[in-house]
Amino acid sequence: MSILTTIFLIPLFAALLIALIPRNYRFVIRCVALLATLVAAALAVKMFFNFQAGQPGYQFEQIVPWVQSLGINWHVGVDGVNVGLILMGAIVAFAATCLSKEIQSREKEFYFLLLVMAGGILGAFASLDLFFFYFLHELALVPTFIMIGVWGYGERKNFATFQITLYLSLGALIALVGLIALYLAVPRPNQVPAGATFAGPPPGAVPITNAPPIIGGIYSLSVTQGQTYIWTKGTNDHALANGSLALLDSRPFVAATNFVLILGKTNAPVTALVQPPRTFDIPTITAAVRKTPLPLASQKFIFPLLLFGFGILVSLWPFHTWAPLGYGSAPTATAMLHAGVLKKFGLYGLIRIAIPLLPEGAKPWLHVLAWLCLGNILYCGWVAMRQRDLNLLIGNSSVAHMGFAFLGIASLSLIGITGTVLVMIAHGFLAALTFGLSGYLRQQLGTLEIGEMGGLLKKLPFIGTLLVMAMFAGCGLPGFANFPGELLVMFGAWKGLSNFVMVLAWGALIVGAIYALRAVRNILHGPLPERWAGVADAAGWWRKLPFALLLVCLLGFGVYPQMLVTKVEPGVAKVLKGEEIKPLPTGKRLPWLPVPMKKN
Amino acid sequence: MNIFGLTFEIWVVALGLLVLLADFWTPPAHKWRLGLASAWLLFIMLLVTWRASTNVSILTFSQSYVIDGLALFFKRFFFVAAILVLVMTVGFAEKLGTGLAEYCALTLFALAGMMLAASANHFAVLFVALELITVTFYVLVSFQRRCVQSLEAGVKYLIIGALSSGFLIYGIALVYGASGSLSFEVIAQKSASLADKPLFLLGLLLIFVGLGFKIAMVPFQIWVPDVYQGSPTPTTAFLAVGSKAAGFVLLLRLLQFVVPEVAAHWQKLLMVLAGLTILYGNLCAIPQRNLKRLLGYSSIANAGYLLMGVAAMTQAGSAAILYYLSGYLFTLLAAFTVIAIILQQTEVEDITALAGLNQRSPFLAAAMTLAMVSLAGVPPLAGFFGKFLLLKAVLEQGAANHAFYWLAGIAIVGVVISLYYYFGVIRAIYWSKDAGVLAPLPIAWTNRCALLVCMAGMLYLGILPNRLVELAAEAVKSLRLA
Repeated sequence: MSILTTIFLIPLFAALLIALIPRNYRFVIRCVALLATLVAAALAVKMFFNFQAGQPGYQFEQIVPWVQSLGINWHVGVDGVNVGLILMGAIVAFAATCLSKEIQSREKEFYFLLLVMAGGILGAFASLDLFFFYFLHELALVPTFIMIGVWGYGERKNFATFQITLYLSLGALIALVGLIALYLAVPRPNQVPAGATFAGPPPGAVPITNAPPIIGGIYSLSVTQGQTYIWTKGTNDHALANGSLALLDSRPFVAATNFVLILGKTNAPVTALVQPPRTFDIPTITAAVRKTPLPLASQKFIFPLLLFGFGILVSLWPFHTWAPLGYGSAPTATAMLHAGVLKKFGLYGLIRIAIPLLPEGAKPWLHVLAWLCLGNILYCGWVAMRQRDLNLLIGNSSVAHMGFAFLGIASLSLIGITGTVLVMIAHGFLAALTFGLSGYLRQQLGTLEIGEMGGLLKKLPFIGTLLVMAMFAGCGLPGFANFPGELLVMFGAWKGLSNFVMVLAWGALIVGAIYALRAVRNILHGPLPERWAGVADAAGWWRKLPFALLLVCLLGFGVYPQMLVTKVEPGVAKVLKGEEIKPLPTGKRLPWLPVPMKKN
Repeated sequence: MNIFGLTFEIWVVALGLLVLLADFWTPPAHKWRLGLASAWLLFIMLLVTWRASTNVSILTFSQSYVIDGLALFFKRFFFVAAILVLVMTVGFAEKLGTGLAEYCALTLFALAGMMLAASANHFAVLFVALELITVTFYVLVSFQRRCVQSLEAGVKYLIIGALSSGFLIYGIALVYGASGSLSFEVIAQKSASLADKPLFLLGLLLIFVGLGFKIAMVPFQIWVPDVYQGSPTPTTAFLAVGSKAAGFVLLLRLLQFVVPEVAAHWQKLLMVLAGLTILYGNLCAIPQRNLKRLLGYSSIANAGYLLMGVAAMTQAGSAAILYYLSGYLFTLLAAFTVIAIILQQTEVEDITALAGLNQRSPFLAAAMTLAMVSLAGVPPLAGFFGKFLLLKAVLEQGAANHAFYWLAGIAIVGVVISLYYYFGVIRAIYWSKDAGVLAPLPIAWTNRCALLVCMAGMLYLGILPNRLVELAAEAVKSLRLA
């Protein structure tokens, strides 16, 4: 079993185990959840460091046939694009479980749902099969709904619950139509076109052994898999269709969508063309599409479906309204997992599927995408400036950050998309950290109104410092993981998009700095209102651990981005160009990146 | 003539008669054992069906009765449905009063009718099978004769049932007039030449209307909400699962085996009806507060999704219908079993009756949640895979006929709307404010078993679809389809 399958299964098995534990064993339930996510995170770290950058193909692969007639396989594997995402997802899941101490009622249900959500999303990122890719992402839908509804906060909780659920399922369903259309558009090998007529056996037809003599009556041929094309010679009014021979009317040699009706007579030899089923396997589809690109018409039809379907899932402007309110109402762990990990699914889908498989379909849309993501960066940044509630501010700023990720994709350049992957990983840690911190503040203060806070740094040195650092990271300060990502995205945008877009996006960084610094000033500095005199800082290493872990990741990947870039860049190059690009020699690396250490 | 073709039907009818006889010697306190015993016997018959071979079709009674893959698939389907309904009936015994044995026997007779419908290969058999189903349901619907709602539902079902039978018989007469035969085999052979005879087409259209009543297709859906609401809960469940499936097997055989040429011309009509049915069912379900009424409208919407598979006119579409119905079976029976259990305790059928269910019985809450999630078509449950297959079948035809893309779009809109009301039920279970009673709910062991089977079925069909996908693909090979 691949380590990826293990990482995926551990949370799900833990969820099953929790379902069997009686509900008053609260401590045991929490321990099981913590242990499961810790093991998953540890395995993900191990997997990340065992990953060999620049190797062709996928690593830690596993293929198990699932539904053969439809071409669905359990196929997991990682390359540069998703290896960091899985690491990020597993670490955030562990941190979210640590911070779930705030849940004081119905813990059993909460941890069950949390683990299902975590397992699903880790599986979705690891999956190399279109079906499971979608299937596992949707596993999170119901947990999100119930978690926000039962353990959520705020007066508009009910509205937020339904809004996020309906909005996200609409996006997911649009993407599903796109994915199925993609699956159907990829031609099968030896496909007989619809309506084709033949004077003889179709090309590729092979004789069937033990064919029955074709004289009236109903026979059946045993054909093991896939659709069957059967050809017999003669003029009698019998036809073979899909393996069974039935009395049919006399339509000569007409290929319907997936089989050929062909007439047969007496003991003539029977020939059949057994077709392999279609496939949901992403590497197979990619290889087929590289060989013969999809027809332009289907590319133009499918790409917008995927763009807007996935776009809704990533809160692309103007489809972003579910995000701030939903995250504002959600319990801490849900917001951390959703904003940090789950939201990256749409971006990952665009990079892994939409851009490489539908390059021609993408072309007319990339400029639209560039303008829409300016909506994210500028409009949502502006909205974030006006927020009085810390969670809504963070929610809007997370939507604004997604704009940078989209900008990298819109640039369609190696450097830009590498930047997008870096932004995705960095923002995962950042969103989890900020939502975790605001969750802590809500627990201590009972409110998140920025106007009522002030001077909290005196009482909360640890949490306050982390909040300052998180806000700095959000501004794109060097030293945090967001900086290299956003910088690469800017390079990509410079290369691929008009300078106007570039300038506006650059200007938006200032907007980000304004709301972040204002929040720091209003929350942490100034006089301390008397009512907060009793507020306590995070005490004990176990309370500090999840925050520290996320910050270490942010700083680690910020100070030494090479760790990610060497892995991500070849993966993105493979996705974009279809071939492995060897990492650049050290001398020609981008100047700002530190030189990798030489191994002995 | 081969009497053994009818083996299963004969057994089921004999079992029904046996139950009626045994009723005389069974003391009232033990009558529930009759229901359970017949469920066990049906289960044994279900196991026996696996001895029959699916890849050989047997035609008997001068070609008026067929046992092929499709018939066997649906016979098994009806067996499973009837077993679960009988178990539910046992748990529901208090509400049915003394007539439990009659109720079980009638359920068995309806089952026989459904199994006959699965094998009908002649218009006369089709009619007899449908009448057997409908007439038994007249009684089953109005079984709680002291309850006004039940009687009202019975009267409505009687009138609508008679109307649909009228359409059906008139259509059959016209078809006979145009083709000179009632045999499916004979008509199938000359269907291409009959396809442009107006009389024949009119006859078929009337038969289609008659079947449309059975499957609750717009505009023949008007009876559904009232009847679903008024009937005893096990009847509603059997009506929603069994009667609908019987309508669909006949529709499949008629449109896709007897007259595929005509049906190919009717694709647009089928698409429009499917779209309307989806939208009507889902939109009308939104304001419903009564659970059974809500599921009634949802059953209309589901008929719409299933009609998409008929409209596709491909093997993939028909196999998707079979898969969807199987998932629907477990899903709906789980939902109705939970409703029946709650009805035992409270007289309220409103969504408010579910308030606080999570505290009262986490097991029931989980079962109902799974059922709603499966109905909404969310992974990892059976409903998702069924919708996925239907959507795939429809999109597959989109290249040839762009109208199918619109149909897929309507289906998606329908699914999003349906999420609203299905998730409203989940909300009531987990965080509704007006939770009054929080006393634990007792659950009979029979119901617990039935629910476990349903939950396992939903999860199995959602996560490990391979086996049933193959069975369904095998079953639809009896149809004349691309």
